[in-house]
Amino acid sequence: MSGSMEMFDLEGYGASLLDGALLTLLVGFTAMVVAILLGLLGAWGKLSGSKTARAATETYTTIVRGVPELIMLLLVYFGVPTLLQDLAGVFGYEWVIDLNPFTAGSLTIGFIYGAFCTEVFRGAFQAVPKGQIEAAHAAGMHEFLTFRRIRFPLAMRFALPGLGNVWMVLIKATALISIIQLDELMRNSRIAANSTHKPFTFYFAASLIFLFITAVSMWGQKYAERRAGRGVRR
Amino acid sequence: MDSGVIVEHFPRLMSGAWITVQITVISLILGFFIAVPAAAMRLANNLLLRLPVQGFMFYFRGTPLLVQLFLIYYGSGQLHTALESVGLWMWFREAWFCAVLTLTLNTAAYTAEILRGAIQGVPRGEVEAGRAVGMSGVLLFRRIIMPKAFRIALPAYGNEVVFLLQATSLVSTITLLDLTGVARRVIAQTFAVYEVFIAAAVIYLVMVYALVFLFRWMERRLHPIRQ
Repeated sequence: MSGSMEMFDLEGYGASLLDGALLTLLVGFTAMVVAILLGLLGAWGKLSGSKTARAATETYTTIVRGVPELIMLLLVYFGVPTLLQDLAGVFGYEWVIDLNPFTAGSLTIGFIYGAFCTEVFRGAFQAVPKGQIEAAHAAGMHEFLTFRRIRFPLAMRFALPGLGNVWMVLIKATALISIIQLDELMRNSRIAANSTHKPFTFYFAASLIFLFITAVSMWGQKYAERRAGRGVRR
Repeated sequence: MDSGVIVEHFPRLMSGAWITVQITVISLILGFFIAVPAAAMRLANNLLLRLPVQGFMFYFRGTPLLVQLFLIYYGSGQLHTALESVGLWMWFREAWFCAVLTLTLNTAAYTAEILRGAIQGVPRGEVEAGRAVGMSGVLLFRRIIMPKAFRIALPAYGNEVVFLLQATSLVSTITLLDLTGVARRVIAQTFAVYEVFIAAAVIYLVMVYALVFLFRWMERRLHPIRQ
């Protein structure tokens, strides 16, 4: 061990780590938007009267929650293009598909956490008190207006803690995308670790950046919940 | 779709699944034994007991498992000389050891958090009743608080077990041949990308839902009013 300071010297790779962190956040936000949209759709399916919609969403959440993220990611990134090419081949077409890592990664992570958002939104919509809906109807609001003014805003408040938790798990899951070569935080740390032969330094630095993101998210979650609940008596 | 590939390589996939099960079970058991005292320390009034555990839990719950895995497996190489001087290098050289160590610490942190919530959820009246009959300290903890806390924690712990089983797929990134590792190797040899990944996904699904049903059964068994 030569000098303890050498341990903390990022040898000029600090900027690259920060660039990676920005991309990590971008992937995280994109995936979260996809997850929320899928979650709303899924919750609608689970709560709808249609048997087909219920069966479809039930299958979606069952499969997604039982398969590791890594398998899912590799399946989408490497498997789906091959599958589509094979299918196209059956019909006599030649079709070369190249998914870029950003799209494949954000969509896969969004698809996975959409299943978790589905459960969050389902619980939230079920938690809306019946009396509120009855009151809306009594005041003469029709179905859509009741949804827009009462059901949806109330459900969003109930969904907030659950969504915060999903975000916290999701942002950590984005590290997996480094495996399909997207230059996010984890992969840039790996590149730096390999070229400087200081893996401990760089993976530790990466972990601290993730820790910072988590800490800020926790603070943000607390703030958002307090703000959303400001009209609620404790 | 080439199903012959799956039939041909099924035994290999199953041996990978066996490794997955081994790593999961060992990490769970070790992690649990760390989590129980950690949860107790986390709730202690003494700052010297509480702060280190709090830091440990914050770090392992706040960073991705993949980073933790790389930090311990690849990162230990940088500390090679130091580790050698204390005789630990022979352990850290092994991917298997690093995988189990990382998963153990990771699940210990999450389990400690689950247990902390459960211990705080033990009804005050039961603790008071224990004190009223003269129990205190370790005896109270062992006879009243922990049994009740375990029952409260069981559903959340079941989720943690399922997450850990799935998380073991990451050990394939540090050269281990678990189910995911074997699947990737078979694909490298056969180019049957989606067939093999789908087969692996189905094996994971079966293992996950077997666990889910096991935990549901345990929850029913441990319910105070037996149905």
